[in-house]
Amino acid sequence: MKRFKTLLFILLAAPVAALAAGGHSVPLDKAPVNLSDNESLQRGARMFVNYCLNCHSAGYMRYSRLQDIGLTEDQIKENLMFATEKPGETMEIAMAKRDAKTWFGATPPDLTVISRSRGADWLYTYLRTFYRDDSRPTGWNNLVFDKVGMPHVMWDLQGELAPRYVKHGEHEVLEGLDLVKPGSVTLAQYDAMVGDLVNYLVWMGEPAQQQRKQLGLIVLAFLAVFFVVAYYLKKEFWKDIH
Amino acid sequence: MSAMQKLMGWVDDRFPLTATYKAHLSEYYAPKNFNFWYFFGSLALLVLVLQIVTGIFLTMNYKPDAALAFASVEYIMRDVEWGWLIRYMHSTGASMFFVVVYLHMFRGLMYGSYRKPRELIWIFGVLIYLALMAEAFLGYLLPWGQMSFWGAQVIVNLFAAVPFIGEDLSIWIRGDYVISDATLNRFFAFHVIALPLVLIALVAVHLVALHEVGSNNPDGVEIKKKKDPNTGIPLDGIPFHPYYTVKDIVGVIVFLMVFSAILFFAPAMGGYFLEAANFVPADPLKTPEHIAPLWYFTPFYAILRAVPPLFGSQFPGVLAMGLSIVLLFFLPWLDRSKVKSIRYRGPIYKVALALFIVSFVGLGYLGLLPSTPIATLFAQIFSVIYFLFFLLMPWYTSIDKTKPEPERVTG
Repeated sequence: MKRFKTLLFILLAAPVAALAAGGHSVPLDKAPVNLSDNESLQRGARMFVNYCLNCHSAGYMRYSRLQDIGLTEDQIKENLMFATEKPGETMEIAMAKRDAKTWFGATPPDLTVISRSRGADWLYTYLRTFYRDDSRPTGWNNLVFDKVGMPHVMWDLQGELAPRYVKHGEHEVLEGLDLVKPGSVTLAQYDAMVGDLVNYLVWMGEPAQQQRKQLGLIVLAFLAVFFVVAYYLKKEFWKDIH
Repeated sequence: MSAMQKLMGWVDDRFPLTATYKAHLSEYYAPKNFNFWYFFGSLALLVLVLQIVTGIFLTMNYKPDAALAFASVEYIMRDVEWGWLIRYMHSTGASMFFVVVYLHMFRGLMYGSYRKPRELIWIFGVLIYLALMAEAFLGYLLPWGQMSFWGAQVIVNLFAAVPFIGEDLSIWIRGDYVISDATLNRFFAFHVIALPLVLIALVAVHLVALHEVGSNNPDGVEIKKKKDPNTGIPLDGIPFHPYYTVKDIVGVIVFLMVFSAILFFAPAMGGYFLEAANFVPADPLKTPEHIAPLWYFTPFYAILRAVPPLFGSQFPGVLAMGLSIVLLFFLPWLDRSKVKSIRYRGPIYKVALALFIVSFVGLGYLGLLPSTPIATLFAQIFSVIYFLFFLLMPWYTSIDKTKPEPERVTG
């Protein structure tokens, strides 16, 4: 039986190792996600309503849910609600989908669960790697989303980046991005701001996730205690077997 | 006579309550040497109940409408009290159902549980597995995400590969020319009513057949051959209740700990239980870059892709995939070994089973990947091994050098 298991392991490991090669073309930067940092989430929420919530909706997210990240209903109403009156409403936008499609080539996606489909690291990298490209209708291109329809909305903050190419034989390969025109904040400050925004997007993707993890610890602790009881009960019953 | 005994007497005169309890629990004698692998049957039953109960609560807020389905799932995740918990229990339960069922089936392969006189238990089991695959496939359309939509599109298109009637058949299944609201509605009906009824009925006959012939065990010897001459109880048998009920509780708790660890800390399981692309609403005009079924279907998906098309038709692949499941039904008659359990089998069967497991897991892994020449080559090798495991079984099990089975179970 033991030899059988060893055999199984070896046979299983070899082809998996052979095929595990390959990966992403652009390496993604690690997003600084910290869902227990309410201040970061609040700053992210402000970034979100100011920069994203004009073209993108968050149609499954209610304003009132922002109370979960430490805001009061009055704070939400005064600082974050520009388009609607009632905190119980979802984050909809006024722009019609059909117009958006004509203007941008594609309807800007709803962002409620974007962090769950794209992942935090992708968003963090994407929002920091817009660069100047005059061949594009908007004048902008992106390192992780080539020929993206979205312009660089936060260009006034980050400034303008230009691509740096190196020659690899006959091909020109994009090596990195250089800041050619500074924005209103430094690049480090901009990274931190995008970090807050992505943090918020991750939170918005599943507002119950902190509660979920807390409950998980309680459930596991309960099961651990229950296990001890059940284990000794089983032992007691099985004393007379064998 | 106490009031309770009187009541029981009254019921027993009208319904075989005590007799049923005795036949299936307190006087159902199971071999005393069940090991780790024998937890998964009762765990499968547990997950079935979990899926039905959480499913009932999900239907209270889910909307089977192409315009509302995606939003209603997010509504459950955000606005319904404990909705996220119920939904994650259901989505984790779907994958865990296959985990326990695969381990349960592997147990059957190791200890020859499909062999005479348990052929019907095995056949009912394979039918349960088929119904479960249908149930999972139908349910996966309901969140109406991109993978829901395109996964269903790919699978329903397989039926279109059937010669002559294929095109009409796929339209008949969808109720439309593409996956649409009509498809979503019928899939919902099948997922919440039809298939659960079929599953419950099949599980019932699976258990009735099991309790008729009695359980197999890791030694693969029949405990009913050695009975106590006075009581008629198998010498190596112990009453299912209380012995295996208390033992299964321990298994249930360990299982629930694994289940909870996934549910509470990684409900998407890195994209294996909930795919990232399924958080994008279904868009009939935008095909995702890479369409892969959920992990429990990928072995069969890999077999499908491993077979090259014939005259531009995918039908050979579809046929191979169908055959890979149909072969399971014949297992009891393909195995010619003198012994049941792997403990007394010869080296050939052990190697064959190891190769089979490697191929199955390998196919499952390959089914997740985009198609590349090297991946296809591996998938073809694994597919051949998969089929040879069954097709050559009559030959290699009859020449294999087995060890003598013991008279009684070995603890």
